[in-house]
Amino acid sequence: MRALIAVVVALAAAVGLYAQGAASSIQILPVRGNIYMLLGAGGNITVSIGRDGVLLVDSGLAQSADRVLTAIRTLQDQLDLRDQPIASGAETRSTIASRNSEPPAKPIRYIINTHVHADHVGGNEKLRAAGRTFTGGNVAGNIADAGEGAAILAHENVQMRMTTPSGGESAVPADAQPTDTYYTDSMKLSHFFNGEGIELIHQPSAHTDGDSLVWFRGSDVIAAGDIFLTTTYPVIDRARGGTINGVVDGLNRILDLAIAEFRTEGGTLVVPGHGRLSDSADVAYYRDMVTIIRDRVKAAIEKGMTLEQVKAAKLTADYDPRYGATSGPWTTDMFLEAVYTTLGGGKKPAPANAPTRRPSGRK
Amino acid sequence: MNSCSVLVALVFLSIAVPASAQIDFSGEWAPRFWEDQPERVPGPELGDFLGIPVNDAARMRAETWDASIQTLPEWQCRPHSADYIWRGPSNLRISKEVDPVTREITAFHAEWLRSVDRAIYLDGRPHPPPDALHTWAGFSTAKWDGDMLTVTVSHLKEGYVRRNGLPRSDKATLTEHWIRNGDLLTVMTIVNDPVYLTEPFVRTTDYELDLRQQVPPYPCGVVQEVDRAKGEIPHFLPGANPYMKEFAIRHGLPYEATRGGAETMYPDFMQKMKTMQPAKEEKPATPTARRGGSLDPAAPPTPTGR
Repeated sequence: MRALIAVVVALAAAVGLYAQGAASSIQILPVRGNIYMLLGAGGNITVSIGRDGVLLVDSGLAQSADRVLTAIRTLQDQLDLRDQPIASGAETRSTIASRNSEPPAKPIRYIINTHVHADHVGGNEKLRAAGRTFTGGNVAGNIADAGEGAAILAHENVQMRMTTPSGGESAVPADAQPTDTYYTDSMKLSHFFNGEGIELIHQPSAHTDGDSLVWFRGSDVIAAGDIFLTTTYPVIDRARGGTINGVVDGLNRILDLAIAEFRTEGGTLVVPGHGRLSDSADVAYYRDMVTIIRDRVKAAIEKGMTLEQVKAAKLTADYDPRYGATSGPWTTDMFLEAVYTTLGGGKKPAPANAPTRRPSGRK
Repeated sequence: MNSCSVLVALVFLSIAVPASAQIDFSGEWAPRFWEDQPERVPGPELGDFLGIPVNDAARMRAETWDASIQTLPEWQCRPHSADYIWRGPSNLRISKEVDPVTREITAFHAEWLRSVDRAIYLDGRPHPPPDALHTWAGFSTAKWDGDMLTVTVSHLKEGYVRRNGLPRSDKATLTEHWIRNGDLLTVMTIVNDPVYLTEPFVRTTDYELDLRQQVPPYPCGVVQEVDRAKGEIPHFLPGANPYMKEFAIRHGLPYEATRGGAETMYPDFMQKMKTMQPAKEEKPATPTARRGGSLDPAAPPTPTGR
């Protein structure tokens, strides 16, 4: 786990929130209804909080977990104050006081990981331990620890990356790994949670190979993970299966799901992996930018330009003041290299006398 | 009138005037195209960046911009942002909110033909945290500066400083000064954009009170305007936009001048322009050139394809 964290902290720092996550307090930003956004824990955390308990999308950095728990407790206390009708006199005061001094009735029950990076899964172990899985019947009777800790949901590639890390990394502890995975296009929670359906949608080969978009279907909020950022160019983790075309497809998938409220703003709200709360127009601007840069690099590859020539051509100069970086762990050059290589740039052409496959289907 | 009467009258007048001035901006306002009319009603010409303090990044955005991008479903109903909409050709309605107890104006609401409701708060509320949602209208608070209302706008979505591809980023802030002189309304807008502008971009726009005006409804529905492959985004490759010199040639201007920048905002630039050569027609593109783009952002625009 330590090795995985070490590698991925670099990616967390790339989006500029690692330092903030390690040092400052957690900011709670209301999104809509019972959905909140926690900023400053590493990657953004989306929270659904209500009478069914707490569901988190991502868990932030490991060292932020205590502060995340404090923020969640703050929301739970506000929930008590908001939802319980206030009576009168001394009884009211004692009721509120007792409620605030006791653990909330419904704890963290689900943690959904949008992908494997440590700034999004680092808090899994501690936050899971603070939660609980509600179970019963044969499961409760036969599996003694079935109710211990919250459930962790993710695409199975997240678990694969955790259990079989590459490059000398050590495996993630079992308590930090997903308890429930899916390998199909999507996964739904089997029942409403806090009054709405929640769906995980897999986006192949985007930021990584295990990305999930999490769609709160009643609140109409999408937690996008690192497929969508407002702080930098897309971070493409090639070592873990990320590609530029997957990112473009992921952004278009978000736009397919989203409906603006009026004049291309509001409506479906989107929580990025890092950065500010957004809507479909913000995603569309980002999609346009990523697509245009992808097209430029693709055209350069078709012209036979090398990676160094692509970097020298400054094909991102118009977006660099907004998204670029010349230093730090995720520079514009690194982004361009990821785009170039995942589009097939730099591959040596086949020798002139190499055997070619005969087209099939015709004789 | 003796001096005592004058004194009494002054006392009553001082009681009648609120401690802080509150000019009433509410009403129906019709735009007066006294500035930059060609940009406002017909629309700006491609490649006309004159008089705007843009940087190289903004120029490249505009040079690679294709107007067809407006046909994408996401952009068909996009309104002008708060900083640009004053210059739109639309009529304006300003309404006011009044505190029922103190009777102070607590907010103005501005709406134009194709706009969203834009609230300007005068009740002392703070701006949202930086990571809150950004909108076309942004978040506006205001304070009285004598009879002038000074408005501070944050949380703007990305927009444009001219409708020919020159961008304004979502990092920009806007300051406005609203000035009413009888039936005339003058609004000064000052845009600060650390991403695409090298200096504040300052404009004034005028409106005249129009008691018979109605701002009509303007519903917008998204349709399939162009049959294109899913995910295709219209744009020109760097250096491949064939239209960038049209404006300079049509008006006999030096091409370098049309590239804009802070220098072109000031009167001294008129003298410098006299030393520059007007742009001239170029040979039509060859079939070979049409098939490719230069991919060089610094290359002069050539009549090539996308």
